[in-house]
Amino acid sequence: MTITTTHYLVLAAIVFCIGLAGVSIRKNALVMFMSIELMLNAANLTFVAYSQALDDIAGQVVVFFILVVAAGEVAVGLALMVAIFRRKNKTSPDEISNMAEIVRIDDSEVTNVS
Amino acid sequence: MIAIIFYLAALTMIVGAVGVITARNPVHSAMFLVMTLMSVAVNYVLLGADLAAAVQVIVYASAVVILFLFVIMLLGVDQLDDVEDKLNHQRLIATTVSVLMAATLLLAGGTKWAQGARSVTGSLEQDNLGNIEIVASTLFTKYVFVFELTSILLVAAVIGGVYLAKRSTTTMDLLDEDKPDLVIDSSEVEK
Repeated sequence: MTITTTHYLVLAAIVFCIGLAGVSIRKNALVMFMSIELMLNAANLTFVAYSQALDDIAGQVVVFFILVVAAGEVAVGLALMVAIFRRKNKTSPDEISNMAEIVRIDDSEVTNVS
Repeated sequence: MIAIIFYLAALTMIVGAVGVITARNPVHSAMFLVMTLMSVAVNYVLLGADLAAAVQVIVYASAVVILFLFVIMLLGVDQLDDVEDKLNHQRLIATTVSVLMAATLLLAGGTKWAQGARSVTGSLEQDNLGNIEIVASTLFTKYVFVFELTSILLVAAVIGGVYLAKRSTTTMDLLDEDKPDLVIDSSEVEK
């Protein structure tokens, strides 16, 4: 029983789709961030699996760039969460829809909603 | 032996991933995330990507998760999601879409995964060099420009993070509703 590239790719596909489900189901922005990390990790695993399969080092280099982007994303995203929570006391993206409301006000010509 | 390790790692990876999205408490989600990230590191070792595995453990499973836990506990949001679904049947639709996506990926992959030319950038085994040396030499020669660009990205992320998280009267005025006490008199500050 040998483990082929296909095994890793199937595993990565499954984890990616679990992350996708998490982003769309959960209401807590922090858990949504974690689901995005799951998806990024699945992509990383695919890169490393292909790096091994095609005997090419570029796949492992790309993993580092994805890591850097993920770290930056977490830093900025969590800072945003802290700033939003400080103002609104809420962490669910469903409840933070100021920008959407502004568009709706313009459409229906209601001057003051809040 | 490798097969046993792979299936164990795959099992913990999937259990951890499911745990992340099903756990009620965000702290538990973070713990399940550690489980998944560690399993990914095990898979990296199996695939011979030593440096990626080490960085995975150090950066992802430690630093990023600690940042998550720090924010969860700072905000005190370790309670249930008690928000109503704004879309009807959001859970059902999301689950269906994800399952369909997985099925599509697996069906497409069952026939043929993408193929490509071998060893375009550089082989994984070059005259007695280890994985770390090869990754480093590739990173600092062929990809040195991209590497410098990522440093700019990180600086931008740090500045943005500090600016957003700092208590300021000018930040995010869009979200400000009824907190006039946050407005600081600038003449008072100067004293």
